[in-house]
Amino acid sequence: MTAMQQKGAEGFLHRYEGLRERLPGARLPWAEALRDEAAEAFRASGLPTRRIEAWRYTDLRAVGEAGFDEALTSLDDGQDLPAMRGSARAVFLDGRFRPDLSHLDGGAYAAGSLAAGMRKLEGRLGALARPEEQPLAALNTMLFEDGLVVTVPAGVAGGVLDLLSVASPTERPSAFHPRHLVRLEPGASLTLIETAIGPEEGRYLHNPVFEIEVGEGATFTHARLQQEGPRAFQLSTVYARVAAGGTYDNFTLNAGGQLVRNEIHTALTGPKGACHMNGAQLLGPGQHADTTTFLDHAAPDCASRQTYKTVLSGKSRGVFQGKILVRQPAQRTDGYQMNQALFLSPDAEIDSKPQLEIYADDVKCSHGATVGELDAEQLFYLRARGIPEPAARAMLVEAFLTEAVEGVSDPAARGALEEAVSGWWDRQMKDAA
Amino acid sequence: MLKIEGLTAEIDGKTILNGIDLEVPQGELHAIMGPNGSGKSTLSYVLAGREGYEVTAGSATFDGHDLLSMEPEERAATGLFLAFQYPVELPGVGNANFLRTALNALRRSKGEPELDAMQFLKVARERMRALAMPEDMLKRGVNVGFSGGEKKRNEILQMALLNPRMALLDETDSGLDIDALRIVADGVNAMRGPAFSALIITHYQRLLDYIVPDRVHVLMGGRIVKSGGPELAKELEVSGYTSVQAAA
Repeated sequence: MTAMQQKGAEGFLHRYEGLRERLPGARLPWAEALRDEAAEAFRASGLPTRRIEAWRYTDLRAVGEAGFDEALTSLDDGQDLPAMRGSARAVFLDGRFRPDLSHLDGGAYAAGSLAAGMRKLEGRLGALARPEEQPLAALNTMLFEDGLVVTVPAGVAGGVLDLLSVASPTERPSAFHPRHLVRLEPGASLTLIETAIGPEEGRYLHNPVFEIEVGEGATFTHARLQQEGPRAFQLSTVYARVAAGGTYDNFTLNAGGQLVRNEIHTALTGPKGACHMNGAQLLGPGQHADTTTFLDHAAPDCASRQTYKTVLSGKSRGVFQGKILVRQPAQRTDGYQMNQALFLSPDAEIDSKPQLEIYADDVKCSHGATVGELDAEQLFYLRARGIPEPAARAMLVEAFLTEAVEGVSDPAARGALEEAVSGWWDRQMKDAA
Repeated sequence: MLKIEGLTAEIDGKTILNGIDLEVPQGELHAIMGPNGSGKSTLSYVLAGREGYEVTAGSATFDGHDLLSMEPEERAATGLFLAFQYPVELPGVGNANFLRTALNALRRSKGEPELDAMQFLKVARERMRALAMPEDMLKRGVNVGFSGGEKKRNEILQMALLNPRMALLDETDSGLDIDALRIVADGVNAMRGPAFSALIITHYQRLLDYIVPDRVHVLMGGRIVKSGGPELAKELEVSGYTSVQAAA
């Protein structure tokens, strides 16, 4: 650990010591123990450094050096929030639930604030997260103040739920660490469209952790639209466990933020489970985005599909690390992983590290990686048909992303994604002009 | 309409076009014939504005506009159309979206209102029927998984939709069976009229049985070495290019 990172980690630990008695669950022994253990783990690890293999390509020094204060929430009543996409919406401002801005009543399932419901979460909160292995999960466990808790009862089709995270404009760097819990009981379904936004100015850290349990035959669609402010850090960690016949469908769009890590751990623990982890990283000058996935095939006859696409312009850097572990009992596993990068600038960089670890003998697993630029022949073909160059480029970039976006089966989630992608492109064009 | 004077162009320092003089008046169809490597495709690419060619001398004007100083999309907007010898595949770009974007880009440049999806489909379906194209070709990626004949028909479909004033058909006959050749030729003949000109580039005389040109030019070594009426194509079929070379 560098001195600055040490100092950054100490800042978080001081904060924990100061807040310990006031954090949600402070008088619940199990919650206290959970936080104290996480604090111990974080004290030992500090913020991860590039010497750790899983963090080789992503440097958190800037996070250590930022010197975070508490977020002084200051949302004007008049501030415009993005339009709702689903029938229900949970809004978090600087990591804290805002009942006045949320609409969670009348659904066929239970959804609400984690801080308000801590008492009922023993054994559920912390069931999947691994603070002892992942310093950011430790940091989150130590300092989470709120989050969303959703439970969809057996057989219930929950429809579309919006999860909106808003960072408020602050003068001093702020940090928040929401913990979100999602549980789908057998045969249930839910689409969660998560949007993270923040101010144009101002630095903040959004460090969410998700714990997702997909029951037998249940289907959870999780579309994540990361559109944080341009100076933001978003370091998110998702833990998902999929029971027999269940499906976890994750799509992550990384379009905002300055330094972003999107880490997903999915375990397929029952036969015939399925997991789709797709994503697009759309990076402009000065942005760094890292998608790191761990897929644990622990049961037979499961299928996993991963397609990640990164578009890089300016001096940006993208990272993809994807590990697939096929355990000995996971016979007839069908695994596929592809990551592709498209360079729009000669100054960009992509680091790609696929990893397969297979212990079962009857397995179909493939992975691939490509990097390239826009094809000059394709560009000329479009322009020769009268399509101006910027529009022709946009068509080819969208085409590059198609395979990843098409993988999202829920129409609401796909619509939200397509909109976000074209919004990113329009911004790039405007900046270039 | 199209006027080429002393056009000389090279690629990677190698001269491919070596002083081409050619004029295609409005309403006329001219054919350029020549052996492999004579510069036929280079001529069409240079006129359409593909990168990688350096024009070292001469000029090419279209209706008095200096073609060579324009971007490819500007050339298209003035009414120039290149039917590619090897149409490019665009995976992930739907054919309908591509055709409508191109059509609307041209309409915009002419100050005409854009077509919405319904209006476009109506027009596109009509044209496709005339070219015996199955409708599902609209839904597929541009040229992706198309047979050679389907790709060429897709080029002709684009030409029919974009309605250019001047078409460059670069070996549109290559790789076509006789039925497809007829369909493509019908597509071109349907456009013939006082406002449409074309430069038909071909290696073989076969296409010219179906599209009868007003003039035939023979391109060899980067220059037009002989010009004549449609009968010149027949002569070439009989005596081959070497006889022309000997005479020139």
